[in-house]
Amino acid sequence: MTIPSSLIETTQVALLLAAAPLFTGWVKMVKCWMQGRTAPSLLQPFRDLAKLFSKDVVLAENASWIFRFTPYLVFGVSVLAGAIIPVLSTDLLLSATADVIVLVSLFAIARFFTALAGMDIGTAFGGMGSSREMTIASLAEPGMLMAVFAVSLVGKSTSLSQMTAVISQGGHAMLRPSMVFALLAFILIALAETGRIPVDNPATHLELTMIHEAMILEYSGRHLALIEWAGMMKLYLFTVLGIAAFFPWGISLNNDLPAIAGALVFLFLKLGFVGMALVLIETGLAKMRIFRITEFLGSAFLFATLGMMSFFMLE
Amino acid sequence: MNPTAAAQLNSLLAALILLTAFALVVQRRMNALLHIFAWQGFLLAVSTAIVGFVGGAHHLYISSFLTLGIKVILLPYILHLLIHKLKIRKEVDSVINVPTTMMIGIILVIYSYHLTAPIRELSTLVTRSTIAVALATFMLGFLMMITRKHAVAQIIGFLAMENGLLFAATSATYGMPLVVELGVALDLLIAAFIFGMFFFHISTTFDSLDVDQMARLKEED
Repeated sequence: MTIPSSLIETTQVALLLAAAPLFTGWVKMVKCWMQGRTAPSLLQPFRDLAKLFSKDVVLAENASWIFRFTPYLVFGVSVLAGAIIPVLSTDLLLSATADVIVLVSLFAIARFFTALAGMDIGTAFGGMGSSREMTIASLAEPGMLMAVFAVSLVGKSTSLSQMTAVISQGGHAMLRPSMVFALLAFILIALAETGRIPVDNPATHLELTMIHEAMILEYSGRHLALIEWAGMMKLYLFTVLGIAAFFPWGISLNNDLPAIAGALVFLFLKLGFVGMALVLIETGLAKMRIFRITEFLGSAFLFATLGMMSFFMLE
Repeated sequence: MNPTAAAQLNSLLAALILLTAFALVVQRRMNALLHIFAWQGFLLAVSTAIVGFVGGAHHLYISSFLTLGIKVILLPYILHLLIHKLKIRKEVDSVINVPTTMMIGIILVIYSYHLTAPIRELSTLVTRSTIAVALATFMLGFLMMITRKHAVAQIIGFLAMENGLLFAATSATYGMPLVVELGVALDLLIAAFIFGMFFFHISTTFDSLDVDQMARLKEED
């Protein structure tokens, strides 16, 4: 039985909205287990979101339209990104409209507006957070693009669906040096972009160290809920992007019902593993000094470039 | 193991050797430098054994064992004893900062790829694609000798250069004649002992292994 690709697209977006908070909850849960604490329920992120949605929005008097517009834009962009990445099947309605370079720029738009909104109110923290976020972004983006190019060379296309299809049919793709380097670079960049521990601490509100939290400090109510939800989606999106590019086995290449069901099972297994790996990284490492981030992301750029070069040199 | 799979495995090893070469250039801590150097030697030994197996050049097994014995176990051990005795713990400082060094390293890799293009065209061996990596490893060792101020780090750079040479010989011609390789291995051992003596002299004279201190040796004018 074949499912129409519009239905798959809808399922994928619904899955994105539901699975992103679950994934964040899972990461938190495993982290608590690792550190010997009692874990909150897997549904805790949903409860947090519901609480925020039911609260009133408190706006600063001098907040402009940018400040009010940003949460909706960030949320919308995340949903759109989720519609492009092949999660269950490579046959998606929107996959032809946007390739992986557009995906990178979608994340860039969201970040650009968040940085503007951080400066909009005019508090010191917002400006500091925006400045730091843009510093990190300017270092992470070249590396991200290079990593993406290295994978595109192997996948023979910049369209995500094509890349996933070629790589999953390619057999022992993980033995290819370019993929190994690109994966290393991608992990480092994903940690920086999603604000995880060696670069930023998602749980902190300490003035000196926060980066992402400083930008969104002025948000409240449903605005904050949308931004937090988008943040969870970003973590989920980077995870499924990594899965689609490096471990695509299980993602269905046609729209058969059994294949899609299998893809769903594989997805949850992979998400579970990635969550545990993330927790291992986060508990094993300490947060870096902010000026060490240049070296961290510089090495990500180095890995990505080596990946691209080893495609030409060694393959 | 069929030749294509072996060639692919060898490519992966070459990529990892290149990675360790970069890690040597950017790593600050002395102990970590020694570990990475030992890993590079280990990867080189495995790669040599694979090339020996694929090319049917059985003297490469001996070369592989020599690499394993000298560069993975003996030299790191000697250097470890040395830095332990001289109580070197502080981080190594370099002339250029780390991101710039990485960029220079990337340029060197592209340059070596360009430089080895004619050899790659002429060669018929399965390992011909790794010649560029071998030259890059050599150049990165050279870069390390230039950018580091610390004598022990410079020696590790020198040994990494030697690794690059051995790798180049293996991938370009299935290795040098056994006599030459034995000679090189002996040379390395002697060199390590001489370095050790030098280190002791430098550190007792200047109370530091920073080679910038040697500028004090010049005459007053």
